[in-house]
Amino acid sequence: MTTMTDPPKGSFRLSMLLYDTRYRSITIQAIAMIGFMLGAAWLINNVRVNLALAGIPFQFSFLWETSGYDINQKLIEYNSQSTHFRAAVVGLLNTLLVAVLGCILATFIGVAVGILRLSKNWIMSRLAAIYVEMFRNVPLLLWISLAVVAISHTLPTPRDFKGENATASMSLFDSVAVTNRGVYIPEPLFSRGLGDVPVFWNSFEISLDLIAVLCVFIAGMMISKLIARRAEQIQNATGVRPTVWYLRLAVVVVPTLIVLWVLGFYLGYPEFKGFNFKGGTYLRSSLIALWLALSLYTGAFIAEIVRAGIMAISKGQTEAAEALGLRPNKTMNLVILPQAMRVIVPPLISQYLNLTKNSSLAVVAGYMDITQTLGGVTMNQTGREMESILLLMGAYLIISLLISTVMNYYNERTKLKER
Amino acid sequence: MTDISNQAYVRTEMLGEQPAPIANVGIIGWMRQNLFSSPMSAVLTILGGIAIYFVLAALLPWTFGGIWNATSLAECRLIVAESLGEGETAHRACWGVIHERFWHLMYGFYPSDSYWRPNLALVLLFVAIAPVLFNGLPKAMFIISFAALFICPWLLWGGPVWTPIVAALGFVIGYLVVKFVSPLLGSLTGLIIGVLAALVWWLFFAGMVSQGITHMIASSRMDGEAVRLEKAIPEQKAKVAELSAIVEPLEAQLADIQAKIDAVVAAGVSAENPVSDLVRQKTPVKMALNAAVAARNKADIISKNMVKRQKSIGSLSFMEGKLAELTQQAKEARAALPATVADFDSLNEVTEELRKTIPAEDIDLLAAALKVNEQKTNLDITITRLYEEVGLFGLKPVPSRNFGGFMLAILLGITGIVLSFPMGIILALGRLSNLMIVKSMCVGFIEFIRGVPLITLLFVASALLNYFLPKGTQFDIILRVMIMITIFSAAYMAEVIRGGLAALPKGQYEAADALGLDYWQAQRLIIMPQALKISIPGIVSTFIGLFKDTTLVSIIALSDPIGWVKLIQSKTEWNGIIWELYGFVALVFFLFCFGMSRYSMYLERKLQTGH
Repeated sequence: MTTMTDPPKGSFRLSMLLYDTRYRSITIQAIAMIGFMLGAAWLINNVRVNLALAGIPFQFSFLWETSGYDINQKLIEYNSQSTHFRAAVVGLLNTLLVAVLGCILATFIGVAVGILRLSKNWIMSRLAAIYVEMFRNVPLLLWISLAVVAISHTLPTPRDFKGENATASMSLFDSVAVTNRGVYIPEPLFSRGLGDVPVFWNSFEISLDLIAVLCVFIAGMMISKLIARRAEQIQNATGVRPTVWYLRLAVVVVPTLIVLWVLGFYLGYPEFKGFNFKGGTYLRSSLIALWLALSLYTGAFIAEIVRAGIMAISKGQTEAAEALGLRPNKTMNLVILPQAMRVIVPPLISQYLNLTKNSSLAVVAGYMDITQTLGGVTMNQTGREMESILLLMGAYLIISLLISTVMNYYNERTKLKER
Repeated sequence: MTDISNQAYVRTEMLGEQPAPIANVGIIGWMRQNLFSSPMSAVLTILGGIAIYFVLAALLPWTFGGIWNATSLAECRLIVAESLGEGETAHRACWGVIHERFWHLMYGFYPSDSYWRPNLALVLLFVAIAPVLFNGLPKAMFIISFAALFICPWLLWGGPVWTPIVAALGFVIGYLVVKFVSPLLGSLTGLIIGVLAALVWWLFFAGMVSQGITHMIASSRMDGEAVRLEKAIPEQKAKVAELSAIVEPLEAQLADIQAKIDAVVAAGVSAENPVSDLVRQKTPVKMALNAAVAARNKADIISKNMVKRQKSIGSLSFMEGKLAELTQQAKEARAALPATVADFDSLNEVTEELRKTIPAEDIDLLAAALKVNEQKTNLDITITRLYEEVGLFGLKPVPSRNFGGFMLAILLGITGIVLSFPMGIILALGRLSNLMIVKSMCVGFIEFIRGVPLITLLFVASALLNYFLPKGTQFDIILRVMIMITIFSAAYMAEVIRGGLAALPKGQYEAADALGLDYWQAQRLIIMPQALKISIPGIVSTFIGLFKDTTLVSIIALSDPIGWVKLIQSKTEWNGIIWELYGFVALVFFLFCFGMSRYSMYLERKLQTGH
């Protein structure tokens, strides 16, 4: 039996490419593909001709030449004798550093302000609203510029700490010095340290002490997780939950403290010597300005996301939880937050993505991120605009794709299971 | 059963209404509820109150006690020191910088007698988007929107009046072709032929037609222009002299006041020995002098251009003869080149390695041929420019390097959004389509653009875009930036519109199919109107984001507001001024963005048709 919608049988005719819906999609795609290839070929050919005209070959060998410039902010060993490639890596690490620090601080600010905006306290909710509107509606570039001048013009210079009649003093029991050139904080040191170990064919060194402490800490966390799971099992079997929080805390804290003691851990305080502070960890003012501006700006967006997430959970959920006899903090932890997180996390991660991309404005603060090293000094010194910018875009693209992969994974895991 | 109302303990009449407890109503009740509902809340209230007090105590006198009449930061400080004392100089704003540089911050170097052009363009733009925002207006309004698309750029950049007409004709031709060919050959073929016809018009005929008209008008005007210049040049020179005569006494007056100020400063400024009156006198003089100097320089440039043009007109026939001669020579030299170097268009193409294989005399021949060609091109440019100047029938052209300030930010923001809109729709449809190749191309494009920061795209605009275009193509940085900003916002726009499309119930698509509409009809009549309405808040917030992001162009050395802040800070008289400039720019951005976000909320409420 045949139905009316059966396609007509018959030989293939050329006009069917245009009028038969079965073939039309193939035609359109073929045309699109050919158009795309032609366009790409045209662009690439133009580049080839223009580069030849300018006498610049397209190759990446400049990355292995000596860079000849210094970078004041670096996480791995670098000096002006290093290669351009290493400068780019230093920049990339700096980008990641400010992005990670910024994401952490922005989350704290955003959550605090988002909750304050929903608070019943009139003054606090208004202040939170003013903060959010103020930061969201003014360009980030202005905030970074303002953070830079605020730090350099309102904080004391290192010289103010000098001598008998110093106009500025160190805070937090003489351990932290806040100056307009940056902040000096105590640095962790080990008197019986294990030394450093080179990795990646001697390209940089990692402190063994740090690895040891981290390993012990992570092992403690895992054991603590196991204890929690065991407690859960006991609760499921008997209905009584054993009190284990002190045990969980102890397995994390005690071994870590022991390792620290064995390694001879102490804090090296910054001290004023000569014309500047010596010792301690030095956070440059460029890093701090960029970090603060990025966090405050992104924090305003996160605050709105948190507020929307909490408001999206219907009141019936709270009431149902109360009807079940859950206490307010359990209601929050077991009912509201897990649901709100599903609403909050995807836009939150895209804000992290934005923050990472926005960190490319570091040039305004004078912070040497990858845009400043690879897309700035290296590009200007070598004149390799095409290669540098392509690499720069590639680096950001990879970071972005990694972050969105994480987001997709989370979305997949927390998706409502619908039937 | 007894009647309970008879019982002695039951009231028979209603009690009078009691006022609500005093602690629950009025200001006290409000405060108890909203400020001191719990100990924690009370602590927060007090902390918040203290914070507000300190911020306002510092900010209010600074803002409202600021100095408006001053022409340099040093003068501001003198005035504050006079009234408040030496140590208070940082506690009063110096708004004099805004007073003096307001128009620069707003329009950059755009000629001040043409400020009406960007203003009118902005008004026209609002008229153009009116039919989109208000559905009560007649459909014919869309013709205005279409016309505005061509008139606005013309208003901004100036040039002959037929430039926008010729550009718009391309669309008209395309539309007519589609209209007449479609019934004959089918809609798809009609569309393709229409697009091709428009492209052919723009690429081959548009330039020719507009040049032809210019040439015609210029030829007919050439003699009249010579006569006019004969008379106008002495007049213009007299005007320059006149303006110089205004400048000189102003300079003397300024020097006089400055000397008095210096004397006061030398004696030590105090309330008894005031300087503020002198500074107040100086400000208008200085501003008048600035205006007079600008006017004189402008008149001077005009007069020099006139002299140049007079010379060119005088030697026009000679130049044209010479051009024909040079063209012939260049052609011959080119044809006579030996085969080894015949394919090169520039000496740069002959690399060191090639030089080893090509004989030196051949390279010399090439160099000679190229030189003749260059002479020809230069002469051609001179003549064309003369024709363009004489045959100008329209607005005075303004080069885009003079665009600046908030005008540039708004221009970039609006072009970004308007041009990215159709591109975003196409990308969103492509991303949702079943065609695998089209879909993956759209996804790739969108994800690539969204994955890189705007600043890298601006680097592409400033450093790379010329490499991607045919050799010799040169166009100005603002256009290049516009292209990159459009591409950037198109990717974001596509995601916003995709959200709108996804939010439509599936029934709408099925209903359109059931009515027998084809894909484009369904999109145009059923899907897009609803999807775009849903995405208006998203579009507005994309626009706000884009508008804020236009500040990034200051990094590639365009003079947007932030570029101007840096420029003003680098002047000696305003060196060291920070908060006032940044504060002003931040305030203007805030007003724009906050206003737009409120308006989008209003639109969202107005367009809500659900329950």
